[in-house]
Amino acid sequence: MTSLNRRKFLHYSAYGAGLAGLAGVMPAWARGTQGGTLARKGSDVLSGEHLTMTVDDALFTTGSRRGPAVTINGTLPGPLLRLKQGQDLTVDLVNNASEGTSIHWHGMLVPFLMDGVPGITMAAVERGETFRYRFPVRQAGTYWWHAHTLQEPMGHYGPIVIDPIEPDPFEYDREYVLMLTDWSPMSPHEIMRKLKVGEGYFNYQQTSWTDKYPLTGEQRRMWAQMRMMPTDISDVTGSTYTFLVNGHGPEDGLELAYNPGERIRLRIINGAAMTFFNVRIPGLPMTVVAADGQNIRPVETDEFQMGNAETYDVIVEPKGAEAFAFVAEAMDRSGMGIATLTSRPGSKAAFPPLRDPPLLTMADMGMSASDPGADGMNGMSGGSMHGMDGMSGADKGGNMAGMDMSGGMNMRDTSLLPPNVKAGPGLDMVSMNPVDRMGDPGIGLADVGHRVLDYRQLVAAKPNPDDRLPTRLKEIHLTGNMERYMWSFDGQKFSAVTDQPIRFAYNERVRVKLVNDTMMAHPIHLHGHFFELVNGAPPGHQPMKHTIVVQPGGSAQFDLTATEPGDWAFHCHLIYHMHTGMFQVVTVRPLDGGDQ
Amino acid sequence: MRTAIFTLPLLALATPALAQEHAGHDMGEQPQTATPDAPDSGAMDHNAMDHGMMDRNQPDHSHMDHAQMEQDAMASGPVAEDPIPQGPPPPEAFEGPAFAADAFVGVDRMATSRTQVVKQVSGEMPVYWFQAERAEYRARAGKDGYLWDVQGYYGGDIDKLWLKSEGEGSFGEKPESAEVQVLWSHAIGPWWDLQTGVRQDLTGPTRTHAVLGVQGIIPYEFEVDAAAFLSDKGDLTGRIEAEIDQRITQRLILQPRAEVNLSAQDIPELGIGAGLDTAELGIRLRYEFAREFAPYIGVEQEWKVGDSADYARAVGEDPSVTNYVVGVRFWF
Repeated sequence: MTSLNRRKFLHYSAYGAGLAGLAGVMPAWARGTQGGTLARKGSDVLSGEHLTMTVDDALFTTGSRRGPAVTINGTLPGPLLRLKQGQDLTVDLVNNASEGTSIHWHGMLVPFLMDGVPGITMAAVERGETFRYRFPVRQAGTYWWHAHTLQEPMGHYGPIVIDPIEPDPFEYDREYVLMLTDWSPMSPHEIMRKLKVGEGYFNYQQTSWTDKYPLTGEQRRMWAQMRMMPTDISDVTGSTYTFLVNGHGPEDGLELAYNPGERIRLRIINGAAMTFFNVRIPGLPMTVVAADGQNIRPVETDEFQMGNAETYDVIVEPKGAEAFAFVAEAMDRSGMGIATLTSRPGSKAAFPPLRDPPLLTMADMGMSASDPGADGMNGMSGGSMHGMDGMSGADKGGNMAGMDMSGGMNMRDTSLLPPNVKAGPGLDMVSMNPVDRMGDPGIGLADVGHRVLDYRQLVAAKPNPDDRLPTRLKEIHLTGNMERYMWSFDGQKFSAVTDQPIRFAYNERVRVKLVNDTMMAHPIHLHGHFFELVNGAPPGHQPMKHTIVVQPGGSAQFDLTATEPGDWAFHCHLIYHMHTGMFQVVTVRPLDGGDQ
Repeated sequence: MRTAIFTLPLLALATPALAQEHAGHDMGEQPQTATPDAPDSGAMDHNAMDHGMMDRNQPDHSHMDHAQMEQDAMASGPVAEDPIPQGPPPPEAFEGPAFAADAFVGVDRMATSRTQVVKQVSGEMPVYWFQAERAEYRARAGKDGYLWDVQGYYGGDIDKLWLKSEGEGSFGEKPESAEVQVLWSHAIGPWWDLQTGVRQDLTGPTRTHAVLGVQGIIPYEFEVDAAAFLSDKGDLTGRIEAEIDQRITQRLILQPRAEVNLSAQDIPELGIGAGLDTAELGIRLRYEFAREFAPYIGVEQEWKVGDSADYARAVGEDPSVTNYVVGVRFWF
């Protein structure tokens, strides 16, 4: 299908160069001009009030891999929607593909019937059918769209950029959208089956007699004793995935051109099915200005980890070199997506080698030291397993019931669970001490020798609309069984709770506490709303997000004002976690919002 | 539908909020008001935790805490004493239709769609799996032989139809043993399946057995399959198999394996003595060209024990046999 259209790309770049000084006032797309920031395999920018998006079965080739894919309007990713805050949008979704389809507008505030989740808000759009989406564009920022079916990992996704009515409170001369995804020649159904029947099928970084992991024999035995793997970072890895930046694999040599002295806004979207990315541009600090489409107080950093479906906007000011490497390294370090920021076409930056694969830590096992002063989270989650040595120390914490090396640790003390959590075969671990891990930079990034962003650094740029204290707390446990590859909320797959949704009253303000009883990080997404991370931000400035990563063995909280009546999907955005049960429905009632 | 715009600047709110926050900045170092401990009891700890943590670990951001604490203090007194209570949703959360889209899309259409999707996102699409754990040529004193040990299943997370077959023999002779098991396998814990069904012997004086067993993983990652068999002649026997994968590299894997067969009684026509009947200890080294395809070499020692050994000697067989094996492990 799409081939690298370098000429078009260069055209866009040259065009972008003329934007200096205009940006933030009236970008090109808002003026209806062709062109854009999207540096990718020849797809289009769609703007206007009435768009058509057509789904087709396709083939995709990257590097030496070739396999089935899904395209929208012929490209992968599909079109960039360049919209204006305040406009009305009509989209005709035409399905020419063999499977049923839908579009979910990820992060956008839409009426629930327009949310695009088959089985919840609509029926899937079957082959030959057309579905019309229609809603006002109420917000601004960087978002994305994707199918809410297993077409998503095959290429059914694309960026959304909404230009604000009021200019953003920061300046830049040029912008690029960077959509990070993972693509496999293996069909999603087959990947899911391999995850179910195989043991660590995609993981070629497991511990072995000849590995170089800094683990003692005792630590190795402890992991084996628990029937868990310290290398269980990503379920699906570079062994089958090629990591794409705007559809370009590492061999495609994607270049992002700029003129020396320019400030560049990068709108980075993690549209991957199963991959967390570590994003960095060696030698170039990044100023993060927005998270999940919402402006934050600018914060400078050198690297950040992105869970699936998160978006971050950063501003960079390349200086001192002709070219810089944009690196999106898979969290398990089994591969990377790359692009070159270059002020002279053809000028190459050196790409750093993949760093050593990380290992899970004590904190990831839910065994953070209970004394928060003892650098429980940050210290222990840090280095590769030196947390393990802390076991004896953790014992002194006095709260580590069940932790006894001689008799074996009880990693599944179900008495710690609230009564509504079902402790069946689908639950293989209970976090003993699920501390708040908002300050955690993410797996493998504690000791990288430079600044790494964490959730505690996010502060909303403008005051949030609702400054009430939540009236109640809702606790939800993230549960799973790695071996059986079952995932769930509160130990129950969606099929068991179809008629027991998570209920909120209209305009109710609730604090939701997510407790991660697994050793994987889960990016949890609530449809139709923004929620505020409870991260210690100043009053009224908790950052608004649509997706929150809950670190392994830890917890995270958000405050939600349920302002959008309807039925909304709530799920882990690791697609094979969602498709094996980590999915629920949130209802907001009454449907008329109480206005009679 | 609501038409509020989230990103609309709420200037009216902004001013007092900012002022308040600056006040927070100016406060300087705040005394610790909370003694954070493990967050076992819901809401109260988070605030407490956050503050404690951040104050000590991230002095750079301490101003945030103070601001937050100040607000908490103003709004609701000391943080740790005023947790957000857990509780049921308000009554109005239960109003309205069970499924909001039904009235707009059509009850039947949504019901059909929901049924499909519930299945899709609950991991309830049945999966199949077939594995030849051992399919090998066995070189040994006397006639060389062969062995197969295969299993497969079809089903969901909890319940599966599970098939097993194993058998062995010497080339040029009738198979020494061969059996097929058809089992219902039911997950009874995170790592264990209970399996029950029927085993049919295909050689010798054929028997049909009722089977009751467990299959799963014990600590230290040993895979275990233990089953009891009650034959149509009333004989009770048992079999325990255990194996473990030891990765030398990511693809070169050493697999020690042990098996014992037990019997509650002498079964002379099968050459089985009461007690420990046979024991096997083997080790196989495989190379996974793909996860699904791994040729191997190995050695396995078999012993007939006690009365079973006597039965073997009586018919001129060696109760102790060493097999040098070459085979392939594959699955799909």
